[in-house]
Formats: sequence, structure tokens, C-alpha cells
Amino acid sequence: MDKYRCTVCGYIYDPALGDPTASIAAGTPFDKLPATWVCPECGAPKEMFEKV
Amino acid sequence: MRPVEIKKGIYWVGAVDWDIRTFHGNTYSTKRGTTYNSYLIIDDKVTLVDGVLASFAGEQIERIREIVPVEKIDYIIVNHIEPDHSGALPGLMKLCPKAKLFGTAKSKEGLSRMYGTDWGLQVVKTGEKLNIGKRNLTFIEAPMIHWPDSMFTYCAEEELLLPNDAFGQHYATSERFDDGTDQCALMDEAGKYYANILWPLGGMIARKIDEILKMNISIKMIAPSHGIIWRRDPMKIINSYISWTKNETKPKAVVIFETMWGSTEMMARKITEGLTDGGVEVKLFDITRSDRTEVNNQMLDARCFVFGSSTHDNGMLSTLAGFLEFLNGLKPKGRIGAAFGSCGWAGGAIPAIEQVLKEAGIELALPSISVKYVPDQDELKKCYEMGVELAKKITGKA
Repeated sequence: MDKYRCTVCGYIYDPALGDPTASIAAGTPFDKLPATWVCPECGAPKEMFEKV
Repeated sequence: MRPVEIKKGIYWVGAVDWDIRTFHGNTYSTKRGTTYNSYLIIDDKVTLVDGVLASFAGEQIERIREIVPVEKIDYIIVNHIEPDHSGALPGLMKLCPKAKLFGTAKSKEGLSRMYGTDWGLQVVKTGEKLNIGKRNLTFIEAPMIHWPDSMFTYCAEEELLLPNDAFGQHYATSERFDDGTDQCALMDEAGKYYANILWPLGGMIARKIDEILKMNISIKMIAPSHGIIWRRDPMKIINSYISWTKNETKPKAVVIFETMWGSTEMMARKITEGLTDGGVEVKLFDITRSDRTEVNNQMLDARCFVFGSSTHDNGMLSTLAGFLEFLNGLKPKGRIGAAFGSCGWAGGAIPAIEQVLKEAGIELALPSISVKYVPDQDELKKCYEMGVELAKKITGKA
């Protein structure tokens, strides 16, 4: 599964880890994240991420 | 200096830092100084919005005391936790320990890391309102404008936006308002602030401005945390920000070089002549003797960046390399670029510059020019022609 980098702050979404701060389970691919999900570090919306 | 009443019952109780010359480390030269703006709202609940640098705590407290005993402060709005706004907070909280703090979740987390306590800060979200008596404060989370914790506070009854660092300037003055100050210096500092602090965050800023404009709220005054308060025409700075977030540029080039024995400088001057004769505005900087903050400011509205370096240890020279590292972080968009330089043997500076331009997403508009040792007349002519050709591309005539 692809990792995605936040173009604003540099945070990397790793599907293997998910995002516990937003109750996103480990194993969730980036494209399955809800549209309302934002970067846990800086609040940037999903569309401001790019594939690593 | 006494507190300044910016609206009936709302006072500027900040501090003017006339002497500061470099800001957060050595990242920003503040040759006109700065201010740390803090605002005291007198209502049923005495409310303080924004704070000052630790070394100005005494001045802030003195100004508050001219209006109300410090102990009477009920609410403190923490729009941003960076030390130039939160540094005086630990001392202030000793004087008004019952004051209730409001800020974002990231603000709570950050204060704990910075001061070992968050003083029980109550987390607020976009759209939440706080009634302080005759007035209501509305909070608007503004992450990455310019830290994750950043927040704006809006007071509808006063048509007043308190956006902390957004729309600010590092500009120390005895005047507090835009209508009382030199407009050229004000806009120069506002642009410099955007270029050096906010440029890479343009995407987030554009969204936030759009969100605020769609809220259809009336804004008659913008009181940022640094510099001058906008009251004559608050839309002027909002529109400037919209233009900057769109990376709007003008027919302008910035030529930046570093030279060892003058060859790269000769080339830089010829390219600059070509650009000038080609009809575009040009700025030329020897990066070793220039102020990076000022150079970034000049790049903000420039359509073309031209970089040159002698080759040293098979790469570019280190001052230019450091500058380009900083530039890369600014993520400029919609620019064209070019590279040039001199070398004694195999070269290396030009591929290194080209690589940085590529990583920064700056399109190489023309083939780079490299010369051995000292440029001859033909090579200087090529440099001049590069300037003329770049001018054509900049003005869209190529």
C-alpha cells in the first residue's frame, strides 16, 4: 500500500499504521480515508497529500 | 507609551521592539524592528487576546494596569503559542491564576511541551462562540497560518478580526494604524512577511481566506499580532494575500550569484543587462553580501529566477547552496529559471543548481551557460543573449 506525504508539513501517512488520533485502523489505504480526514500534524485536507 | 484604544473599550496593550534585528534565530532579518500586539477587551469578562515576548512582559503588564488591575483578567485567548506571543504568559498567569485560557487542541498540546503546563486551556473549534458580555468572540481555527495551533478570533459586534500572525508585518512604529504610516514601508514589510513566513503555506491560506469570505462576515478592522493595524482598507491586505497565494507574478527577474574570482559575476552582470534591455525589471544579488530576507521579498512577485555559481569541490558554492535550500522550502510555483557559472575543469555547480530547480518545480527556461576560467567576448555575448531570451519568455513574447 502506498504512503502519502502532506505537502504542507511533511507528515507521512503510512497505511500500515493508520491514524490512531482519528480512529483510523491500521491497514487503511489512503484512498479509503474519509474525505473529512485531515493531516493529524497540521490540519491540511486530504487533497494536499501526494504519493511518496 | 500608553495603551491605545483601537475600538471603544478595546485596547492595544502590546510592546514595540525597536531593536530586534534578527527574528527566530537567524531566519528573518527585522531591520525595521517589530511589535508584539496584545489586545485587552473590557466587557463583563475582561479578555486578553494574544501576548508578547517574555522580555516585554513588564511593558504589557504595565499597559494592562493602566486600564484594569491585571488580576481582573477573566479570559485569555491564545491564538498562537509561538514564544513571541506566549513568552510572557507564565509570568502573567502568576498574576491572574484564575484566568481561563482558550485555544486549539494543538495549542493545548504545544503549551504543555513549552511550559510544562497548559493552565487548563479550554479547547475550542471553528465556529464556537464565547460570550464575554456585550460582545461575542467567534473562533476560527487556522492551522498552518502559520503553525498547527494557529487560530483567528473574530468579534462580530466590533467587526474586528484578530488573526494573530496573518496579515502582520515586522515593523516597529510609534503609530498603530495603517492610515498613520508610510504605505510603501507598510506594504514592503507585509510582503516580506508573506514571502519569508507564509509563502509555502499559500494553499492553506487561500482556503482559509475563501472560507472567511464565504462566512459573509463584516470586517472593518484587522488587528494582527505584529505591526500595523489595518482599519482604512482591510480588504487591501486580504486582496494582496489572495494575489500572493495565487503566486501572481510580474515581468521581473531576480539574478542571484556567488563568485570566487569574478568570472561568474561578469556573467551575472551580462545576463542582467540582457534582461534589462529585454524590457523586464531585474534585481541582481551577490548572495554572499545580500540579506536573504530581502532577496526572498524580491522573489515573491518575480516570474524568473536566475542562479549562478562558480564550481567549488565539484559543486556549487556554499552560500548559494544554503540560500537554495531555504528557497526550496518556500515552494515557489509558476516560475521559470536558468543557471550559469564558471569552472576551471570538470564543473559541477550547474548540474547542482539544475537539480535544485527541478526539485523546487521551477522549469529550466533555457540551456545553462558554463564557461572555463574567464568568459571571453563571445561567451559574454551569450550571457547577454540569455538575458534577452529570458526577457522574451518572461513577457510571453518568445
